[in-house]
Amino acid sequence: MMAQTPTILEKRQLSENVFCLRVSAPLIARERKAGQFILLSIDGEFGERIPLTIADADAEAGSITLIFQRVGMTTAKLASLNVGDTLAVLVGPLGQPTHIENVGTVVCVGGGIGVAPLYPIVQALKAAGNYVVTIIGARNKELMILEDEMRAQSDELIVCTDDGSYGRKALVTQPLKEVCERAEKPALAVAIGPPIMMKFCAETTRPYAVHTVVSLNTIMVDGTGMCGGCRVTVGGESKFVCVDGPEFDGHQVDFDGMMKRLQAYRNQERQAMTDHENHACNLDQAYRAATETK
Amino acid sequence: MSHPTRDELNARAVAKLAEIGDAGASLKPKERMAIPSQDMPAQDPDVRRNNTSEVATGYTEAQALLEAQRCLRCKNQPCVQGCPVAINIRDFVTAIADGDFQSAVNTIKQTSLLPAICGRVCPQETQCQAECTLGKSLKDPMQSVAIGRLERFVADWERERGTISVPEVKPATGKKVGVIGSGPAGLVVAADVRREGHEVTVFEAFHKFGGVMLYGIPEFRLPKEIVRREVETLKAMGVNLVPNFVVGRTRKLMDLLEKDGFDALFVGTGAGLPNFMNIEGENLVGVFSANEYLTRANLMRAYEKGRAATPIAHSRKVAVLGGGNVAMDAARTALRLGAEEVHLIYRRTEKEMPARVEEVEHAKEEGVQFHMLQNAKRILGDEHGLVTSIECLRYELGEPDASGRRRPVEVKGSEFEFEVDTVIVAIGNTSNPLIKQTTPGLETTKWGTLVADDNGQTTIPRVFAGGDIVLGAATVILAMGQGRRAAASINQLLAGE
Ligand SMILES: Cc1cc2nc3c(=O)[nH]c(=O)nc-3n(C[C@H](O)[C@H](O)[C@H](O)COP(=O)(O)OP(=O)(O)OC[C@H]3O[C@@H](n4cnc5c(N)ncnc54)[C@H](O)[C@@H]3O)c2cc1C
Ligand code: FES
Repeated sequence: MMAQTPTILEKRQLSENVFCLRVSAPLIARERKAGQFILLSIDGEFGERIPLTIADADAEAGSITLIFQRVGMTTAKLASLNVGDTLAVLVGPLGQPTHIENVGTVVCVGGGIGVAPLYPIVQALKAAGNYVVTIIGARNKELMILEDEMRAQSDELIVCTDDGSYGRKALVTQPLKEVCERAEKPALAVAIGPPIMMKFCAETTRPYAVHTVVSLNTIMVDGTGMCGGCRVTVGGESKFVCVDGPEFDGHQVDFDGMMKRLQAYRNQERQAMTDHENHACNLDQAYRAATETK
Repeated sequence: MSHPTRDELNARAVAKLAEIGDAGASLKPKERMAIPSQDMPAQDPDVRRNNTSEVATGYTEAQALLEAQRCLRCKNQPCVQGCPVAINIRDFVTAIADGDFQSAVNTIKQTSLLPAICGRVCPQETQCQAECTLGKSLKDPMQSVAIGRLERFVADWERERGTISVPEVKPATGKKVGVIGSGPAGLVVAADVRREGHEVTVFEAFHKFGGVMLYGIPEFRLPKEIVRREVETLKAMGVNLVPNFVVGRTRKLMDLLEKDGFDALFVGTGAGLPNFMNIEGENLVGVFSANEYLTRANLMRAYEKGRAATPIAHSRKVAVLGGGNVAMDAARTALRLGAEEVHLIYRRTEKEMPARVEEVEHAKEEGVQFHMLQNAKRILGDEHGLVTSIECLRYELGEPDASGRRRPVEVKGSEFEFEVDTVIVAIGNTSNPLIKQTTPGLETTKWGTLVADDNGQTTIPRVFAGGDIVLGAATVILAMGQGRRAAASINQLLAGE
């Protein structure tokens, strides 16, 4: 029952700024379900606590897999850790698991690092008997992750890049629109990625009335509903992402409000990072920063 | 406002004590009543608003000896009735007057396990000190014997001398008890159950132990070292402390009971769900719940600029909504984080404020601006979603409501707006629903608190509960009292098996 110190068992670099860690966490590995996340902190005394979705888990080996993008101070430190290093805080699995059901055809959309948290959901939806169409997108070929894994779990896989360096040259919303226009319209869409991408995915599916689930990645402190720092407006009401979410009806989420809240913290972090060079802090990056949780 | 320094207060007490000489024990009530009540030495307001050290520095020995002489030693001891855990107040105060500090602490510890904490944070003026005969005779409850300050004095005395002894633990019984949450309720259950020889494991969602005493109540009011010492004592008793473990998520409550071999569980998860006002602009950037603001400041040490990674807004003008301890703590923390102006906005009048009187006074001295009979109507922001101002309404007191308090009613058309960049909402907490949601059969009241009887027994056998999760947002002493009763029930249950 004693939670042992979480230790990094394996580290892989998936692209220039995307890393994959396998961490020992037997209790979390045993309980976690698709869609859930953890909070971690590298330094228990002064460290920031950041949420990361559990990309995969092995209950037998007692380990979980985390995929993250190096964007902020904490993720930069995390990326610098090596096999054998430990984490001061690792708590979870948090949030409501994804509701998994056989609804027929589902379309799953992952953007950038959002492909990582989408992966266990694709796995679970497929296992439940759905026909799964997966769309994954990235800015360029170099940033594309988990393509083979996704292909293995999906009935159809559509790959696109913003610059056309790999797959179709398109934003993920284009193939999403096409899938919605098919004769057998999907019964469900799941979109995970930068907030701006999720917002446009929700706008894309809205006219087709395809129920669209998005997974939000707000700032978090405790992850148990205690602080309200993770709140977003959904359907005109305040919701706490850590306990009511992380998944919500994308047609109800106030994405603009959420992006402003993320932006504000990023601005502060930018100050905190002045001595951490190596970070192009343009607006685009800041939006993508949100995906560090994914 | 300038206050006498600690040295001055001490010198006055020393002189007065010399005057009394050996006559202490035989003073007449009239003479006791004539002894001036001893002010609490405190850091100078202008100094302390720039640091996080404790504001009230505690009685000197002479002050404690003198203050204890003020007690009239009433036969009927009304103060004890005012104490939620019925501490034997007259006896411990008399022991202090006699200079026997160890015996005074021992007397307190018969009923209270956390005197250094309760002496600092209990609302004495509405509990023991409200009933004090001296205060009544002098027609001023603030002139009552300073029971809380005396309690703190002897508890600190013991801690500073290093004479706190680790309570004895009976031989192992082979029974296992799980305690969920490490606030005051959980900590006392762990101590009381462990003493009987049962194996005790405390599960805490955060990475540090102490609950609200750690991440809510600020350092300047309750030094974290004191909480840490209580936790160290538990460790020395052999209690297992498991951090980063969210019961309901990391493991379901029923799994602990049915699969992991726990014989009984205590749920002390507190009142951790912040209320918001549901007004326009509440999700703007710069609006925090007091829980978030204080947690960032206390637990993640946002006040140690440069070292803390968890950022907190650098605020210039802050509005705090609420009138309880939480609101005072948030307002005073904002000052310490460098705010130029802090405005406290409360719907009723100062008389109705639930905060401890001492905290209200301290907040004012430090420069928090009080705006009574006002309430926020909406929060306004700029195009980036950042808070720019708050719009308030004026209120007046109307007819008394069911609780006897005069209900504030809004003055129509009295809206006015002022500039702020941060709004901290401190209007109370409700119970965290996580355990309830993940534990079928665990019943709650319509307020979301767990249903538990006087012994702390919930609607599931072997599962007990106490503290804020049962009472709603209450106090440390009530949480401790409930914890002790639940621990007694657990010990009784396990002894019978
Ligand atoms: C800012 C502030 C100031 C206050 N000032 C005063 C004061 O001056 N005087 C006074 O008497 N009272 C004061 N109070 C109230 C007092 O702190 C509480 O009444 C008291 O701490 C309640 O104790 P508790 O043990 O019930 O819960 P808490 O202290 O709330 O502790 C609960 C613990 O359980 C943990 N937990 C929650 N859910 C889970 C889970 N699922 N699994 C594992 N762990 C979990 C939490 O992380 C927390 O550590 C104040 C409260 C606040 C917020
Ligand atoms: S992270 Fe604190 S309430 Fe969600």
